[in-house]
Order: sequence, then structure tokens, then C-alpha cells
Amino acid sequence: MKPSRFQYVRPRSISEAVVALQRHNSKVLAGGQSLTPLLSMRLAAPEVLVDINGLTELSGIELRGPDLWIGAIARHQEVLTHHLVKTHVPMIAQALAYVAHPVIRNRGTSVGSIAHADPAGELTAVAALLEARIHVSDHQGTREILAADFFVGPLESSLQHGELVTGVSFPVLDNTWGSSCQEVARRHGDYALAGVCALVQVLDHQMVSAKIAIFSVGGTPLVIDVMGVHGDPEQLNLKVQAQIEPDTDIHATADYRRQLVKTLVVRALTEARVHAESRRP
Amino acid sequence: MNPEELFLVELTVNGTPLSARVPSRRILSDFLRHDLRLTGTHVGCEHGVCGACTILLEGKPVRGCLIFAVSVTGSAVTTVEGLVNNDGSLGIVQRAFHESHGLQCGFCTPGFITTIHAFLKENPHPTEEEAREAIAGNLCRCTGYQNIIKSVMRAAELIDSGVRDDH
Amino acid sequence: MILGCAMTTKSFGEPILRKEDPRLVSGQGRYLDDLGHDALAAAFLRSPHASARILDIDVADALDVPGLIGIYTYEDLEGRVAEPLPLLIPHPALLNGRTGYPLANEYVRHVGEAIVMVIAEDRYVAEDVVDLIKVSYEILKPVVGIENAKAAHNAVHSSVPNNVSAHSVKEVGDARAMIKSAPHKLSLDLFIERSACSPLEGKGVYAIWEEDSQELRLWSSTQTSTGVRAAVAAKLDLPLQKVECIAPDVGGGFGVKIMHPWPEEVLIPWAARKLNRPVKWSEDRREHFISSAHERAQEHHIEVGFDEEGRILGLDVTFFHDNGAYTPYGIIIPLITSTQLLGPYKPASYRVEFTSLFTNTVLVIPYRGAGRPQGVFAMERTVDAIAKYLKLDRTVVRERNFIQPHEMPYDLGLIFQDGRPLEYDSGDFPASMAMLKKMVGWDDFETMRGEYAAQGRKIGIGVACYVEGTGVGPYEGGFVQVETSGRINVATGLTSQGQGHQTVFAQIVADELGVPIDDVFVTTGDTRRFPYAVGTFASRAAVMSGNAIALAARQVRDKALRLAGEALECDPQDLEIVDGIIRVKGDHAKSIALKTVAVLSNPLRYAFDESAKAATQFAVGDTSKPPVPEDQEPGLEGKDYYSPMASTFANGMHAVIIEILPETAEVKILRYVVVHDCGRVINPMIVEGQIHGGVAQGVAGALFERMAYDESGQLQNASFMDFLMPYATEIPTVEAGHLETPSPLNPLGIKGAGEAGVIPGSAVFASAIEDAEGFEIRRMPISPSELWELRRTMKENA
Repeated sequence: MKPSRFQYVRPRSISEAVVALQRHNSKVLAGGQSLTPLLSMRLAAPEVLVDINGLTELSGIELRGPDLWIGAIARHQEVLTHHLVKTHVPMIAQALAYVAHPVIRNRGTSVGSIAHADPAGELTAVAALLEARIHVSDHQGTREILAADFFVGPLESSLQHGELVTGVSFPVLDNTWGSSCQEVARRHGDYALAGVCALVQVLDHQMVSAKIAIFSVGGTPLVIDVMGVHGDPEQLNLKVQAQIEPDTDIHATADYRRQLVKTLVVRALTEARVHAESRRP
Repeated sequence: MNPEELFLVELTVNGTPLSARVPSRRILSDFLRHDLRLTGTHVGCEHGVCGACTILLEGKPVRGCLIFAVSVTGSAVTTVEGLVNNDGSLGIVQRAFHESHGLQCGFCTPGFITTIHAFLKENPHPTEEEAREAIAGNLCRCTGYQNIIKSVMRAAELIDSGVRDDH
Repeated sequence: MILGCAMTTKSFGEPILRKEDPRLVSGQGRYLDDLGHDALAAAFLRSPHASARILDIDVADALDVPGLIGIYTYEDLEGRVAEPLPLLIPHPALLNGRTGYPLANEYVRHVGEAIVMVIAEDRYVAEDVVDLIKVSYEILKPVVGIENAKAAHNAVHSSVPNNVSAHSVKEVGDARAMIKSAPHKLSLDLFIERSACSPLEGKGVYAIWEEDSQELRLWSSTQTSTGVRAAVAAKLDLPLQKVECIAPDVGGGFGVKIMHPWPEEVLIPWAARKLNRPVKWSEDRREHFISSAHERAQEHHIEVGFDEEGRILGLDVTFFHDNGAYTPYGIIIPLITSTQLLGPYKPASYRVEFTSLFTNTVLVIPYRGAGRPQGVFAMERTVDAIAKYLKLDRTVVRERNFIQPHEMPYDLGLIFQDGRPLEYDSGDFPASMAMLKKMVGWDDFETMRGEYAAQGRKIGIGVACYVEGTGVGPYEGGFVQVETSGRINVATGLTSQGQGHQTVFAQIVADELGVPIDDVFVTTGDTRRFPYAVGTFASRAAVMSGNAIALAARQVRDKALRLAGEALECDPQDLEIVDGIIRVKGDHAKSIALKTVAVLSNPLRYAFDESAKAATQFAVGDTSKPPVPEDQEPGLEGKDYYSPMASTFANGMHAVIIEILPETAEVKILRYVVVHDCGRVINPMIVEGQIHGGVAQGVAGALFERMAYDESGQLQNASFMDFLMPYATEIPTVEAGHLETPSPLNPLGIKGAGEAGVIPGSAVFASAIEDAEGFEIRRMPISPSELWELRRTMKENA
């Protein structure tokens, strides 16, 4: 399984990169962990591959104002273990623990994962739930896309031709917030059959905010505010089930996925609450 | 149709500068195996799942089948061949595999050895559960993994007893 | 009776570390794709349709790709290469055997069937060319799955309208009558799905044609280099002597590489000769899924009659076997299922009827276990059902049906896959069961169940038994040679895929000859070194080649002692060999090195090195006799063969304790226990390794792996992403206990062990899941989703 021919460009700056992306049928190569198998299987055959691994200005993980900014070529494993992530947006680290295996994480990029818009991607759910902002550049300038507007369909984002995702910003979560990611997969590191991330805020031992994002069920991550029903398992489940439309495939039936979501929502909310309590000084 | 454009790829492999001119689509595992004739790294699936192609890039384990050689020109790569000691004796992880019957057909083994070598640098005193988790990204069809986990623990034991690699 | 050798065993039975390891762990293995860097590469255009007629192949756009060497279709094939591939194992019941062509001849019958071969400078280019070739098809309605094959609305082969390749009925006693009159009866319908060997290394072929000498040398990642050699020589119309085949290091086989000749094994050498250039093909993972082989799909209907003790009076099995699009390997699998289904039991009567069916899917040839897993699943589910019905302990019902040790040898009244009577030579099933129950704590399980239940957790225990015919003939051979340097060369024709042959066969020779194991070097699978062989499959290598090599080594020993006796002027009976030195027992000073005897064994005119001087004509020789006596040959070597009267039967019993998570129906394995009897064990470390690997495949086949074909014959999971081969986190630690009932059938008293671990996998998990859930499990593999759905169905029906 060898890739088709492509022209290879290795820009030394963002402006070079976006010029290269202007070309017809071009694709960005960052971590390559999702893209390379597609190329090897010839399920994708871009004419131009724009390798952004040389754009060192995009390798950082930093606080920028009220946000944690992750650059386009920061590797999953760096993000997972970074003290800023663990301190300010721990949900990212919680999600990353489920992403494939450490060896994949050593090369794959978190921003790349988000840009890929994989409905089974843990980080797409985190980005949606945390209302992340996706930073985009093209030859005319820069813009930001809100996560809710970014994920359009399975493996489909609202990126236009010629645009490069340079980084993603996540609002920092202070220690009144707790989170958890839960999923069920067939094998260690596999894509989830269903997954739920939960984000809660606890003030004076009272839950004041509760939201979940469901992934691997449907074409995009589904964010649901469950504040009104989080204390009532039956109501909670009813609300959630009404919004999801799982599919049947060779690994699981739609109804089984519904069962998983039901179980994981409770688990994620419970663990998120525990996490919030543990973060209190 | 025109001949393919070739790029000079220069790597330091197991401490030695090596290079070849290859098309941009040349996968790193193919580059190592066929252009540099280092066939110790194996290819089992070409889609990143089996781990037989795992090599160390700047000391970190990565899938050789998911990287284009041209993308990592200038880097340092370690393959299973490079984990043999300078005097020709087996490196610690290699020796542990031998002593623990951690391989049968040997095809998946190089990918495990590089992965475990890197893992033990981060966690030299793993529990059995941690050892199992550490190898849970590599497929083996022959051993049922039991003796591979034993190999990890044996390697840790050797390190504890003062054995050191020299390569 | 075991013909032993009278001396202390030093390495037989010892966990000697493997000689093959240092090379393999340091990246110095030489697998197929490691060879032939300068060879041309091949890629194939393979059918995207399950059933179609090829209308046109248009290569116009592909011709100007730089690096293209040639494009070949069926029209280009010549002579025998254009004929169907051989039907390897004919059988009277195989009424409608069909094989394919190396490149499709007008019709394609499964997704993945090769249509066009492209030869190019490298694989990347070859795949570019494949992409540019346009094939037009008339798409036909495919037959997918046993039900559709049976219904025969469509035919896989137009000459076989009912899709039946084979049909067979065998009876011992009158099972139907016995069932009719039995006090109790049950009926079961069982199903096992298709899976696959999936070695980490796919197939591969590398061929060099020597134009000057008109000779072909080919390497193949095969389990039978002699088989490939013969088949390729026949296809290319070459004298056998002009073809050599070598199996290099092979990255796993598990059965898929016993099949031969694969289309590529014919086409690559053919291309090499045609182009007069070396050609190499390495199969990629997708190719392996869609154009190698699968196994396991069978549907069983069972009627059983039994008494109040649970003793089986009549067992009537009717099953359907999915053999895929072609039958090159005959009907070995359903034959094995039909005979090995009986396991360690002696039903008073038995009837087995099978129908083997064509489907438009990848062909079916043995996968470790080779039909036994299906048979064991059928038998063990039946025994469990009897126990449940009578409210008896599952192990008690088994014990009541066991063939007893004093009844050995036991003739089951059937013909086995080697064409010989199915007769168990040895085995102590009650002892195996007793050991298993003790190891797993069978009698205390209910207490354990209660403890878990108190915590709201659900667990179950399963048990499954099997008997495995191993060491099947016709024969294997061994060659042992002592060089003048002291190096011992050993060769056998069968092959290796990780079984440690270079070690275990060296252990045998080290003991037989009394030499250090480090001096012994074993070559397997090279027709240049040993040209008469069958292959590695059916857990036969240790039994067959092990015994042959032992016999060959004994020839060498006898000759060495005779020559040493002459040199030392004493009776050979007074001599022993220890660490490569032949010496008088009790008078060690009187000695001669084995390597010196090797020198003396070959009377020379020319001394090629210092030690050889001792054998030259002016240095040695009794002038009253010819230098080489009439009944002797020069050199210190021996060659012998082992050809068994019958297979020797190993047995095993497995138990598993599982926990099922209530909300998600995920199955966690708490304990996995194996009791195993493979007779005398050459290297216990290697046998245990084989068991671990087999169990892993059993777990995989029970809980994770299946081939998911859709109705149009597309394989939906042709990659490791969706074919769920388990990682270390999915496989349990195996606790293994051993029994040794030596085989009375061969000199070393050994039985095979290679397939043992996998055989009862689906049976033991079905048994445990049923025990945990309380409802019947009749279909495997089972995923959490399927288990959850089944639970729901059972609840609704209740």
C-alpha cells in the first residue's frame, strides 16, 4: 500500500504555507497519523502535500490571555504531559489519554486531530464542549472559527480552500471546574464505540453548570447542556437519547451505542464532579 | 509522465550519517529498509496499527510507516540494529527478550524492542500492569504477549542490577 | 514401546534458550522482503467485485509510467501456467472441487482475486500502474454466507449450480435410532464465523532465474518449500532438479502459508524467467485480507440422545462448511471437524454429515486448529447443554463420557485426515480433568460467584476439552553431518515460522550425539539442504522431523562409535560421547574427538587443512580393505526418515473465569487455565510459548475477530483498524499445567503442541458466558454489543 505521487512543499513560514495551500488539491501534513494511512491506501491522493513540521513557531503550548493556546504542530504526547495543560485545561489531558497509543501520540498533533474533524476524535469533543476557537490563516489574513461552527460533518470542517489551522485556543478552566472523559472501545486505544466528555462547575458544593459532549455517535460532536436534569438519571437519559442518532456498524448496534451513551453520561458527570471537588484548594 | 522529483534525505541512523535521494512519497520504513538496507525494522500493516515498524525518532518511538522520509530529514533515528552494544553483545532489552522467550517468529519483535527501550528510559521500574500497558500498542500473533511482558520486567531487573547498554 | 537411547539426557526436556534469538532480536533476521533489494517489484490489480465477468482490460493509460517493465493478464500466460491451479488434496467426497487460475480467466469469484500483474522497478511505481489500468466488468450476483450458498439462487461456479463442492456421511453405529430410543434428547443449532490466521508478515515470493544454467531459485514465505518447489517446477515445465525453493525467516504462518502454490508463487518465477531478471513480491496487509485465506465459518445442527447419567447414546451432527470460492486444499477442514469433534468422548453411536459450500469469498484453508475449533465448539456446547438439562455439573457429564485410560488405544471407527483409522494411542483424560479442576478451583467456584455477586458483579466459569491428532504423515526426514571442524550440520525439509526448530532439533542432536548444543546448526525449509519433506502444519514438526533427526543422529553415533572403536582398538559398546569427545567408559584418557573421527571417515587424497592430514592415504588406512568399505559411505553423516503408522493424539482442557460488566456487557477475563498433554516435551519453554500464542488466538476468535462480509461480498474490515486482532491488554495471563502421557508410536515419545492453545477457545468462552448470563450461547464470536442485544432478546422472550 504505497501512496500516489504528490508534490512536496516544506514552507519555512506561515505565509509560505498558505501560498502553497492555494494550489489545487493540496493537503496539510502535520503529524500525519491520520493522513498517512489514507494516502497509503490511496483513499486520498492530494496533488500537493504541504509539510508544516518546519513551522517551529507553531510548536508551542502557551497561555495567551484567558486562553491556553496549542500550536498546530504540538504533539499529542507533549500536550498530554504539559504542566499548563494539566493545570489550566485538564480535560485535554483526560481526553488524550484515550487517543491511540503513546507511539502515535509522539507524532500526531492535537490541532491536527481537531482540524481532521473526526467524529470519533476525543479532541473534537473537547474542543466543542470547551467552546474552543480555531485559529486559521490564509493568504489574505487570519480569522477565528468557533468550534460549534467548525465541525460541519464527519471529517468535514468549515475550513475553506487555502486555509491553514495554526492553532487552537481553549478557555482556561479555574479550579471550580471539573471534567472527565469516558469511552468504551473494543481494544485498548481504538476509536470509541461511544464516548462522553463532561464539564461541570461546582460552587459551594453545588453544581452550577453541567454540560456534556458526545462523540463517536453521529457525524459531529454533540454538546448538550444537562444542567436541568443532571440530578435525575431518568430525565437525563431521556434528554440525551432524544438528541442522539447512533448508527449500526460491524462493531456495535445503534441501540447498544445508546446504552453506552446512557452509561457513559452518568459516569462522566460523576467523575467530573469528583474532579471538581479534588481541584478545590 | 515525468520521472519523480527526488529529494536528498539525510539522517543520522544509529549514530551514523546516512543519506539517499528518494521521492517525497517514500515512507520512512521503506527508506530505512530498502534505501539504507537496514532491514531490522519490519512492515506489518502500513497503516500504523501493528507497530512492527516502530523506530526511535530523536529518541521517541514513532511508527516508521506513518512518516515520509523527506519530512524528517536532518533527524536522528535509532533502529533495532542500533540497540546492539558496541562490542556486538545484545542490548539490555534484546537480552531480556532472549532470556524470557519473548519472541517466536521474531517479525514483530523489533517494534517491541524499540518501544520498550524508550519506555524503560521513562519508567525503569514498571509494575506488570504498566509493562502491559506500555506494550499495548504493538501486535504480536505468536507469543500471546505473556513472555513479552516478562521480557519488560526482566529488562527492568537487568537495569536494576547495574547492567548498562553501550551503543 | 519407546525405543530409547541409553545415556543421560542433557538438553531434551530442558528450557534451553533459543539459538535463533540473537540474530532476530538484533534486527538480523532475513524475512522475504529483506531479500532481493535490486529485484523488480510486482503489484496486482485485484477484483473489486465478488462475482463478475471481465469484459475488457484497458492498459492504454498505464503504459507510459516511468519504471514500468510489463503488464500481464491471463492472455499472456503460457503452457501450464495458463491451466487451473492444482487441487492439492483430492478426496472421494469432493465431488465438485474447483481451483482458480493464477490470473483470472474471464471470471472473478471473490473480491481480491488477481486479474492483472504489473512488474515495475519498484512497488510504488507498480501500484501507480495498477491504478491506471481500467477493467470493465459485468457484475454478477454474488453468493455470500452459508444460507445463501445453500439456497443457491446464484452459483459461484456455473458448473456447480447448487454450490456444493463436497458432501460426506460417516456413521459409527446407528445414531438416529439410538437417539430415537434414548430417554432424553436435545437439539442444538450452532454457528461459528469466519476468521483468519493473520500472521504479522504477509506472503512473499522472490525468484531468480539463472539463464546460463537454466535454473530457478525461489524464496517464498511458505510453510512448505518442497511443496512450492514441486508445484512451480510442474507449472513452469522445469525438471525438479532445476528448481530450488527456500523458506527464509518467516514471520508467522498459522496455516495460511501451507497453501501452495499461491498464484504469486507461480507468477513471480514465471515473470523472472520471462524477463531474465530477479522479481520480488511482498504482500501488503490489504492484499492479505482479501486474497490469502480465511477459515472457521460453519453452521452445525446437532441431535443428541442421552441417558439420565448424561452418557451420550447417539450423536447426530449435520454441518455446513463455507469453503470460499475455490477448493485447492480440498476438504481437509470439514474432514477434521467431523472426526475431531468427538474429542475425548465415546458416544455409543455417531453420525456426521457435512456439506461443503462455495461462496464468493476468499478461499478457506487451515487456520491453526484447522476445523477442530468448530468441532470442539459443537461437541462442548452439546455436553454443556446435556449438563444443564440434567442439572448436573458440566465436568461430571464430561467425565462420564470420557474414554478411559485403560481403553487406550481406542478406535473411534472413523478415518482421520491422514487417510488412516482414527485411533487414540494414549492419553489420560480423567487425570487432565482432575488437574484442571484443581488448578482453576472448579469446586469452589460457586463460593467465588457468591462473593462477586455480593458486590454486584457477575462472573462465570467455562470448561472445554479437546483431542488433537498430531504428527500426521506421510513422513519427514532428517540429515545429520559432522564436519571436520566439529560443527554439526542438521537439516530437515519442513519449515519454521517461530517454533524454535533451530533449537529443539539441536537439543535432540546434542543429546543423541553427546555434543554441545552450541556446535549444532539446524537448517529447515531449504530444498538444497533436504529435498524430501511435506511441510509444517498439523502440529507435526517436532514429532515428524524430531524423530527423523533423532534416527539420523543415531546413525551418525553408531558410525562414529564404530570408527572410534577401530581407531582406539576397543569395542564400540564400551564407548560414550560426552561434549564431543568419544571416550572409553571408565577410562577417559582413551579418547578421540568426534571431529577427528569425522576426518577419518572420509579417506582423502588432498589434505585441505591441518586436521585433514590425518585422513590422507599415507597417514591412515588398512590396506587389507578398500578405503571406503562396501556398505559404507564417506563422511560422518546420517540420513533417516520417520513415517508414522498413525497420528499420535495430544489432548488438553481449558477453563476460563470471566466477569461480564452489567451495563456494557464487556467481557473481562479473570483467569485462564490450561492443562495440556503433548507427551514428552523437548523444550518446555517453547511448548508454553506455543500454548500462550494459541490461547491468544482462541481469545481473539471468541471475543474479537471475525471477517465481516456484506451482502455484496465486500470485506468490510480488511485492515487491522477494523479486524480486531487483540493487543496485550486484551489477552489474559495463561496458567498452564502439563501432563505427559508419552506417545507409544514414535521413538521420542512426543506429540504435537502447536495448535493446542487455540482449539477450545470459542467453546470455553461460550461455556463461561452462558454460565454467567444463564442463557444459551450458540454463536461465536460474540462482541459486547452482540451479547447485550442477546440479553435483551432473551429478556423479551422470557
